[in-house]
Amino acid sequence: MPRGLDLRLGIDVGGTNTDAVVLDPQDRVLATCKVSTTPDVTSGIAAAIAGVVGEGAVPPRRITHVMLGTTHATNAILEQRDLQRVAVVRIGGPATHAIPPLATWPDHLRRAVSAGEVIVPGGLEFDGRELAPFDPGALARFLESLEPPVEAVAVTGVFAPVCDRQEREAEEVVRRVLGEVPVSLSAEIGSVGLLERENATVLNAALTRVARRFAEALERSLAANGVDAVAYFTQNDGTLMALDYVLSHPVLTIGSGPANSMRGAAHLTGLSEAVVADIGGTSTDVGALSNGFPRQSAIPVEVCGVRTNFRMPDILSIPLGGGTRIHTGPDGLRLGPDSVGYRLSSEACAFGGSTPTLTDAAVYVGRADLGLHPNGTWPRGVPWEGAMERADETLAEAIDRVRESWRPVPLVVVGGGSIIAPDRIPGVGEIVRPSHFEVANAIGAAIAQVSGQVERVYHLGSRSREAALEEVRRMAAEEAVRAGADPQSVEIVDLEESTIAYLTGPALRIRARAAGALGSL
Amino acid sequence: MTLGEPDLEALARGCAVFGGGGGGDPTLGYVMAREAIRRGGPVAVVDLDDLPDDGLVLPVAMVGAPTVIEEKIPNGSEGGRIQAVYERHFGRPVVALAVAELGGIEGMLPVAWAAHAGLPLADCDLMGRAFPEIHMCTPNLHGLPIGPVVVADERGNVATFTAVDAVWAERLVRPTCAAMGNCASLAIYPMTAARARAAVVRGSVTRAVRLGRLLAAGDPLAVLEAEVGAVRLIEGKVTDVERWTTQGFARGSAVVEGFGPDAGRLLRLEFQNENLLALLDGEPVASVPDVITVLDHHGAGAVVSERLRYGQRVTVIAFPCHPAWRTAPGLQLVGPRAWGYDLDYVPVERIHAARA
Repeated sequence: MPRGLDLRLGIDVGGTNTDAVVLDPQDRVLATCKVSTTPDVTSGIAAAIAGVVGEGAVPPRRITHVMLGTTHATNAILEQRDLQRVAVVRIGGPATHAIPPLATWPDHLRRAVSAGEVIVPGGLEFDGRELAPFDPGALARFLESLEPPVEAVAVTGVFAPVCDRQEREAEEVVRRVLGEVPVSLSAEIGSVGLLERENATVLNAALTRVARRFAEALERSLAANGVDAVAYFTQNDGTLMALDYVLSHPVLTIGSGPANSMRGAAHLTGLSEAVVADIGGTSTDVGALSNGFPRQSAIPVEVCGVRTNFRMPDILSIPLGGGTRIHTGPDGLRLGPDSVGYRLSSEACAFGGSTPTLTDAAVYVGRADLGLHPNGTWPRGVPWEGAMERADETLAEAIDRVRESWRPVPLVVVGGGSIIAPDRIPGVGEIVRPSHFEVANAIGAAIAQVSGQVERVYHLGSRSREAALEEVRRMAAEEAVRAGADPQSVEIVDLEESTIAYLTGPALRIRARAAGALGSL
Repeated sequence: MTLGEPDLEALARGCAVFGGGGGGDPTLGYVMAREAIRRGGPVAVVDLDDLPDDGLVLPVAMVGAPTVIEEKIPNGSEGGRIQAVYERHFGRPVVALAVAELGGIEGMLPVAWAAHAGLPLADCDLMGRAFPEIHMCTPNLHGLPIGPVVVADERGNVATFTAVDAVWAERLVRPTCAAMGNCASLAIYPMTAARARAAVVRGSVTRAVRLGRLLAAGDPLAVLEAEVGAVRLIEGKVTDVERWTTQGFARGSAVVEGFGPDAGRLLRLEFQNENLLALLDGEPVASVPDVITVLDHHGAGAVVSERLRYGQRVTVIAFPCHPAWRTAPGLQLVGPRAWGYDLDYVPVERIHAARA
């Protein structure tokens, strides 16, 4: 049943905590809940949903939209957990042999993901001409030679963003030889830049099982709590994609965590220019807000040592959080980089455990009043003040590296670990701790917009640059509306054009991204 | 000196600075060189004095659109096929390859081909920086012939041009490159080591490696001032980037709005692949043939012009070009007027001294 927009449920699954919020149509916060992320992830989500609908203030039936942000995919790559074995196919021979597929990957990740790599003849020129004819026989022979299991296939064709015909042909060959396996096509994943797009496509293929399990878990948790809503995931630019789209494009969720918390920080404070520190249990993400949106990285972003061409928030991540362990030993004081993570509430001293963490230091120096646990064993000889000072210096340095100018900037502190932050930081003007700071990322997810992106290459023989730009803008806006945006609110939020040089006739590559508020469905 | 895998990062970083916004993304060249060295072993870098007088030195490069090269990566064997054509033509072996253009991918690619062919790399280049056209090379100032020019693609197509002069060679190569898919590999100015000694920019490869190493270790601005005589033009944020095409060349301009000590100032940067001219509050503060380079605050690496974009935090620097370009024939070839600017060339260090 199509329903109008009523209540929105925003969920953020981090490495340490799972947060949920419910917003009304005026973006007012009706309920929040923070629980520990569970090893299976699902029970944490279920508990967080139960937490916000259980109080009675939020009737589950009124929730019309669910937006979920998660670092689950990133963590799966980092920990090499649940990744599928991918057959890596590049269509481009005789070109591209100078750099074979996955040449730039860390060895351990390559071993964990690759079921085999091949460069088969084919590919296109920039103008859509054939670089070489695609050789389906070579692809079939490669696929047949692979040692099972081959759980997914990534196909990257030279200049596939200009025309995806050869990639589609390759997909048919894969179906014929391997049957029903997930196939990721590069034309749907990234833009021009072969190695980066190929890397992202292979990561995408490796993540399809992770994404499917995650999406199923979300749907089960929603149903169990009586929520019948349209589900979205947030992606790396902070906008939303529909659930079925996530299943085939899981890699786009990478980077959504920092984007959500920064959008949430902007929303909660009303600040559009600020530095945001999102202090979690294991790490802190520091980034800058510009016009209310996260400043984007201008250089290719590395994901777990793999270069991709996603545009992501320009974030500095430091291994410092509420659960960061304090080590004392013969070499003196050392912070982390390990953290007790989601076990904070059982292992930290303040909660009755025996592992010294930065949360304990914050309690000790009086920044946080969590109440000392009666059964807590506070080890002797831990330099609590020294640890806190070290943490403050690390945070101040990160902020200094991110800020845009010498002028004092306001700092917005959000995240579950933010009790460890000091009240004064050199070079920082005001330090703002908004209400609901602890669930800023879930709020960022709940207020996210819907977007659509289109990239095309034009040959300006028959039409003008203006006409080409207009066409790409219109297509991007249509994509956004198709993804669920309200047509009235759709705007072009990013427009990039680059000329392909050294041509006898001019060609222009144009990429446009449109975003708008969620429309009534 | 021997170039092994650990030196490539420094070479890439150095080449990006000398490239002055041109020469393509050095990362791709870096990976190509690394793959070739893993297969073929490290590459010896030799001084021209240490090569036999009549030994054949072959400067190599890629021509084409950077966007295309990033998508249609070479096969890797192009250099070998080009080398074979010259050896047949001259009836003797090539003793070393050389960098034609010191910048971005162009500075790295000859390393890959040298490793592939098992040849040393001569410690020199033909520009001391990057320029967009193949006749903009110092041997041209010494009257050395550009040809025969050999152009190859990844499929096995090879074309040889015997042009009456360097400008004609450029004119002939360009449509061939377009037919090959808008990027191609080539060699120009084949010459003996004896001819090369006086006609090229010497020591380029070792200089780029040294600069790259120092940049990784210390304050980039201090290093650049000490090593190449760089002056700081502005520190600020890119607030506008505009691009257009004229006669097949990607041209454009960027505006950098100063912050910190430069708050209130505006720098306009004009580029044609390479940065050509910098105007600070309307006054020229650096121009071709001097090298103008944009350094990204995020990572402090040099930014190629196709990656300039709104919001980047940058420092723009400029430093003196090779003296050959400051002569009358040099300026006629690559001075401001050669790019259509109604402007007399003034060396960057002199402008800087006058402003101080």
